[in-house]
Amino acid sequence: MRSDSGSSKDIAKERLQFILIHDRIKLSPEEMDSLKQEMLEVLSKYVKVDDRKIKMAVNRSEGITALVANFPIKRSE
Amino acid sequence: MAGKVIVVTSGKGGVGKTTTTANIGTALAMMDKRVCLIDADIGLRNLDVVMGLENRIVYDLVDVVEGNCRLEQALIRDKRQHNLFLLPAAQTRDKNAVTPYQMKELTDRLKEEMDYVLVDSPAGIEQGFKNAIAGADLAIIVTTPEVSAVRDADRVIGLLETEGLKNPEVVINRLRPDMVEKGDMMDISDMIEILAINLLGVVPEDENIVISTNRGEPVVLRNGNSRAGTAFLNIARRINGEELPLMNLEKETLLKKFKRIVGLS
Repeated sequence: MRSDSGSSKDIAKERLQFILIHDRIKLSPEEMDSLKQEMLEVLSKYVKVDDRKIKMAVNRSEGITALVANFPIKRSE
Repeated sequence: MAGKVIVVTSGKGGVGKTTTTANIGTALAMMDKRVCLIDADIGLRNLDVVMGLENRIVYDLVDVVEGNCRLEQALIRDKRQHNLFLLPAAQTRDKNAVTPYQMKELTDRLKEEMDYVLVDSPAGIEQGFKNAIAGADLAIIVTTPEVSAVRDADRVIGLLETEGLKNPEVVINRLRPDMVEKGDMMDISDMIEILAINLLGVVPEDENIVISTNRGEPVVLRNGNSRAGTAFLNIARRINGEELPLMNLEKETLLKKFKRIVGLS
């Protein structure tokens, strides 16, 4: 069976990362979304955020679990 | 002599913990190490069957813990590798028959006699898992390239850290290079990036594993040149301190072979 759009491994990876956010820091998708929205509001007071490209993940390295949020900034005209 | 106690665990069932334990243990024994395998899956023992030693069980782990026999009486010496031993699980008891404290005492005693003590953990994260990790110095997490297995592996890594077992290492089992190439299976770097732990080895899917299990002979013994056999032998060498690159998992297609021969790649 061929995957409908893009490779199925990318879908797997994306789903897994999403699941692990919840598993690792016990936040529901709704809570995660409102965290993102509130961070966006605060940041938007100071910089222009490209809100289509926001990425959030919970990463772990060397025993430290970290919430990593990536808010790309629009270039000033 | 103080050996090392290594627990093989995964969270999810059916990813290949028992096969991994049997093969790494046999491979280490083939390298002239003294090895004891412990089946910690009380009530659902299987390591004896994978090793082909099921007809030789007299006493088991629970008998040892309860003092029904001496430890030496319960150890089954492997018929092919004389420095390899199995301590089977009890089949008619349940996981609550043993405590983590008793397991630690047992592995502490065994590692005085052995270079390596490998504990095959049951699936799950409850009492049986806690027993299995109690005396471990190192944890090997077995996973497969599936969302559910990696998710459970992640959970187990978190639990091991809480229990003070830092720096577990992962074995990625049943990788299918053809599917990875098509983009239909997560690749090694995807999984390592997500789990953020050291990679101990990658074992490709291999029908020789089924054949070996049918016969009760670990693949490293029966067919050490097979893809899975080579992978497990490499993992054992890494555990023993050697630095080895990952084996080449790609199947050489005719086109690639042609390109290589005419010097195009």
